[in-house]
Amino acid sequence: MAQYILRRLLQSVFVIFGVLTVVFVILRLTGDPVRLMLGENADEAAITQMNHQLGLDRPLYVQYLAYMGNVARGDFGNSIAQGGKPALPIVLSRYPATIRLAALAFIYTVVLALFFGIIAAIFRYSIFDNAVTFLALFGQSVPNFWLGIMLILIFSVNLGWMPSQGFDGWNPRYILLPMITLAAPGLARLTRLVRSGMLDVMGQDYVRTARAKGVSERSVVFGHALKNAAIPLVTIIGLDLGVLLGGAVVTEQIFEWPGVGKEVITAINRRDFPVVQAAVFVIATTFVLLNLLVDLIYTWLDPRVRLV
Amino acid sequence: MAEQSTAKATSPGEQSAIKQAEVIARRNSRRRAWRMLRRGRLGLVGLVLLILITLSAIFAPFVAPHDPLVGKLDASRRCPAFTTCPNLGGGGAASGGQGQSTTGDFKLPGAAATTAPPKGTMEYPLGTDANGRDVLSRIVYAARISLIVGVAAVLLGSFLGVVAGLLCGFYGGFVDTVIMRLADIQLAFPFILLAIAIVAVLGGGLFNVILVLGVGSWVPYARLVRGQVLSAKQQEYVVAARTIGAHDSSILFRHLLPNVVTPAIIVATFGIAAAIIGEATLSFLGVGINPPTPTWGNMLADGRAYVGSAWWLATFPGVAILLTVLSINLIGDWIRDVLDPRMRNTE
Repeated sequence: MAQYILRRLLQSVFVIFGVLTVVFVILRLTGDPVRLMLGENADEAAITQMNHQLGLDRPLYVQYLAYMGNVARGDFGNSIAQGGKPALPIVLSRYPATIRLAALAFIYTVVLALFFGIIAAIFRYSIFDNAVTFLALFGQSVPNFWLGIMLILIFSVNLGWMPSQGFDGWNPRYILLPMITLAAPGLARLTRLVRSGMLDVMGQDYVRTARAKGVSERSVVFGHALKNAAIPLVTIIGLDLGVLLGGAVVTEQIFEWPGVGKEVITAINRRDFPVVQAAVFVIATTFVLLNLLVDLIYTWLDPRVRLV
Repeated sequence: MAEQSTAKATSPGEQSAIKQAEVIARRNSRRRAWRMLRRGRLGLVGLVLLILITLSAIFAPFVAPHDPLVGKLDASRRCPAFTTCPNLGGGGAASGGQGQSTTGDFKLPGAAATTAPPKGTMEYPLGTDANGRDVLSRIVYAARISLIVGVAAVLLGSFLGVVAGLLCGFYGGFVDTVIMRLADIQLAFPFILLAIAIVAVLGGGLFNVILVLGVGSWVPYARLVRGQVLSAKQQEYVVAARTIGAHDSSILFRHLLPNVVTPAIIVATFGIAAAIIGEATLSFLGVGINPPTPTWGNMLADGRAYVGSAWWLATFPGVAILLTVLSINLIGDWIRDVLDPRMRNTE
């Protein structure tokens, strides 16, 4: 077990290394941060000096090696746009807000998807089932930034119940709309999968056996069916976490939520490479570690999967 | 299952239970048949909807009532037909807004629309934007971009993915390892963020958006095709083809490819929907296709600024995305039902 985790951690390091390399190459392809910072009318001498100061005049591979060496020590360089503050702390200071939003959206997704999916599967073809299926189909097709705007239009502009944007700790008035927005696509998808997974499992022999030996219906659903239906779902939920983290970038933008996503879009627009790279590193690491966790849960749920 | 229990049934109570179970089973199978039919019909609805959207995109100049790029400044922010216009002159309070309505959050540039009529007219069925351009016409023209991006990105992505998957599955070894590690790296990251970064650096525009969304979508095809090839190449027809001396390329493209196309088509259908949402997201964030070319994404970004005063600007482009994506998803479900019988018992 310990060996497996260690091996997976090593693999994760490799993957994060790959992501960082890809981002490094992409960000250096075009776009001139110095020109962008100093404006169109800056004189050439100032630009040259600035380039030299930031090390951007060195050959690309030298920049790359220096960059990777620093990254290994946890140094992503200093923000170009934010007065030379170290990039990683800037990103990390935004991290709790993103995690708060993503975690709440995740819990909301899983709880509602299990609830609706299981009920729909038990009462298959009922009105409730049809309503859930329809809403899920609808939810899968709604772009979540539009959903966010519509929620603002209804609940902030017209009803005045919620603020349209901003952040205030755990204040649910600020959290609710972004959370619903962020969760929507994943919720729709997961609900459909829970429903079809439950239907699949409910038709299995062991469920019939459990019923035949007089196990209560509740125990059949939650003990026998759900635990087996959960096995493939855990993988999907793990992949959805990536969608959630990606969606957070857009959602944070709409609701002015001060998280990593908002920071990274600002940084991309300013060509603030160090901040972009630090943000990418933080998000990729989160995602990779979460996936490792998902795999471990998977083996706990399904002992047939051997850790090799 | 029914025969087994009939054989052992003795007491009248059990017999009535069996009868009840049979009734339920019959009702269930009838409902299932009904559901299949209705799903088929939903697929048909999706198909008709998509054909309508595609036709109006192709014949946009004939469908659109106005020029999508040129507006009349004296017709700024006209509201849609059959609706009561919000009073834009007096500080922009939204229609139906209550006392505490938070429209104050939103800037209202200028007060150009004070002369607007109090009710929407059929001249601008979905209203006009701040520049006095007809929203309906812009939506119709924007459909062109969305459909082109959706189809082109999927063609590119599926081509790359299918080729990669065929190579991985067929040759295995080093090629397989390298390509699948690349796939892992790509999946280790929320793709939209990478897409934003790439397009922000390369610059927006139709070509770059298609390139990014296309190249970014190869992984599912590659994994799918690889798995299919791995199992198919053990099959007798491949062994037979090899025995009679067929070339690798002939086995790959004439024998293996046709067998892995079906699931790839299903992925591709949903891929079009994903690419359309991807383009809208990029354009919405201002790194996709830039104004003045209308796209649903950049119209939404525009409309977002007026959400407190002109609700229709952010509403209708989103409805267009929703209908298009929904129609494609319906078709995708339908195709999957028809092509992949294993899905039938669970849906």
